[in-house]
Amino acid sequence: MKRAFDPFLPALGVIGLIALWYFAVWKQIVDPVLLPSPVDTFQAMYKGMAGGRLGFDFLKTVERTILSTVIAAAIAIPLGIFLGASERLYRSVEFVIDFFRSTPASAMFPLFLVLFGVGNETKISVAAFGAALVILFNVAYGVMNARKTRLLAAKVMGASRLQVLTGVVLLESMPQTFIGLRNGVSLALVIVVVAEMFIGSTDGLGHRVFEAQQLFNMSDMYAAIFAAGALGYGLNLLFLLVERYFVHWSGK
Amino acid sequence: MADGAVLLRTGREDAPSGASSASAAAPHVTVRGLTKRFGTASIYDRFDLDIPRGKLVSVFGPNGCGKSTLINIIAGLILPDAGEILFDGKPLRAIKFGYVFQNYREALFPWLRSVDNIEYPLKLMKLPKAERRARVEKLVAHLGVKIDLKRYPYEMSGGQQQLISIMRALVVEPEILFLDEPFSALDYEMTLFMREQLQRIFMETGTTTVLVSHDLEEAVYLADRILLLSRGPAQIADFVHFDAPRPRADETLSEKGFIATKAHCLEVFQREVRKG
Repeated sequence: MKRAFDPFLPALGVIGLIALWYFAVWKQIVDPVLLPSPVDTFQAMYKGMAGGRLGFDFLKTVERTILSTVIAAAIAIPLGIFLGASERLYRSVEFVIDFFRSTPASAMFPLFLVLFGVGNETKISVAAFGAALVILFNVAYGVMNARKTRLLAAKVMGASRLQVLTGVVLLESMPQTFIGLRNGVSLALVIVVVAEMFIGSTDGLGHRVFEAQQLFNMSDMYAAIFAAGALGYGLNLLFLLVERYFVHWSGK
Repeated sequence: MADGAVLLRTGREDAPSGASSASAAAPHVTVRGLTKRFGTASIYDRFDLDIPRGKLVSVFGPNGCGKSTLINIIAGLILPDAGEILFDGKPLRAIKFGYVFQNYREALFPWLRSVDNIEYPLKLMKLPKAERRARVEKLVAHLGVKIDLKRYPYEMSGGQQQLISIMRALVVEPEILFLDEPFSALDYEMTLFMREQLQRIFMETGTTTVLVSHDLEEAVYLADRILLLSRGPAQIADFVHFDAPRPRADETLSEKGFIATKAHCLEVFQREVRKG
């Protein structure tokens, strides 16, 4: 009896949240101007996504996030393999990587503004910068932590250094690389949305949230926030599914 | 069982036994002047050893005496500081050999199906696909293995995974097979099963086999010769014969010859441990 209900457990939190929301609106615990009803919000979301501004901004943010992640991966994966292949080499640049990885990417906006102007390039390059460091660090660790026995096994069977690298090390680092990609895309989304709020933006989800707030259009603002949440969740899920397909042995 | 020890032939020289031909009596592997230090610890100092052809040799000795180091050096995984190791007078790179690691989980490639794991060394030898498949099928039929090789290693039990490892080592038709404590990560039931598998494989192929073991019962049960090492720098404490007929079974464990041999090995082992 209980077991049959288990797949629906995650829905409980959602129902609970919406019920709480309704309750707050009904009892007017929060000022109705600040908290529109769930129905108003989802209507605004539906209208916005179906051919409205929100859908356009949503796609803009998707485009920037994907583009910056792709650029980050294209740079960081080869570089991470190169650095990880020699532990001494990685140790020599580790501090620099960790330092900039720890620096809030938002603190880099002014610098990138000077470098790339106020256009699209700035948003994408800041996000790519942040994501690249996360991916780089994970790929390098994936390569360095390749199981020594596995490398020895390939070597003892007569594999050359290149064959060990392409046939063993690269595959060994894949699970960690995917962790880097998942963290990287999440970070890229955060940076893109923040960048869309502040740097002379005219579109994107960040811009939509900011503009709706400025116009005091609360249902539009909540709709944009939920759209951003759905995007973040969806991207993470997408990468998990891709990972499960390509790195089927991960964690086993 | 003091009189039991009389039954044993011991000593370094492999006395040629009557009818055997000259080539069978000649050692397969000769180790001469092997020297290896790890930091300040001298593991081997001018160590000599002859490994007889077509026999299963168990290596047993106190902890840290360099059992695994010995086969790792012979198999080329560790470079010696000095010394010469020849296989029928040839260096390692000129022969085919197989090596089985203790940690099968880390030695197999989880991204490859079991059959592709077994084919991996053949792929390195650049054999075409059809021939690789044929070689694996031949091996499977030869050993009578009944495992679905289409599965990934992580979908299998520990024993099955180690069997895949052993098959991967055998598929190149090696002249010599090294096993480094191959069953010590398995539970007891699986260990017993795998001992039988290894004995069958050895009887089927007759490949010269060197087995490092930390279990004296296993070392004696499986072996034709038991190499007992002393503490570092390791010397041959004894190189014991055990000639019980194969296939050996559970009854072997309670036979007089087995008990006497095991008792003798234990005595030598204890003597070496106390020396340290």
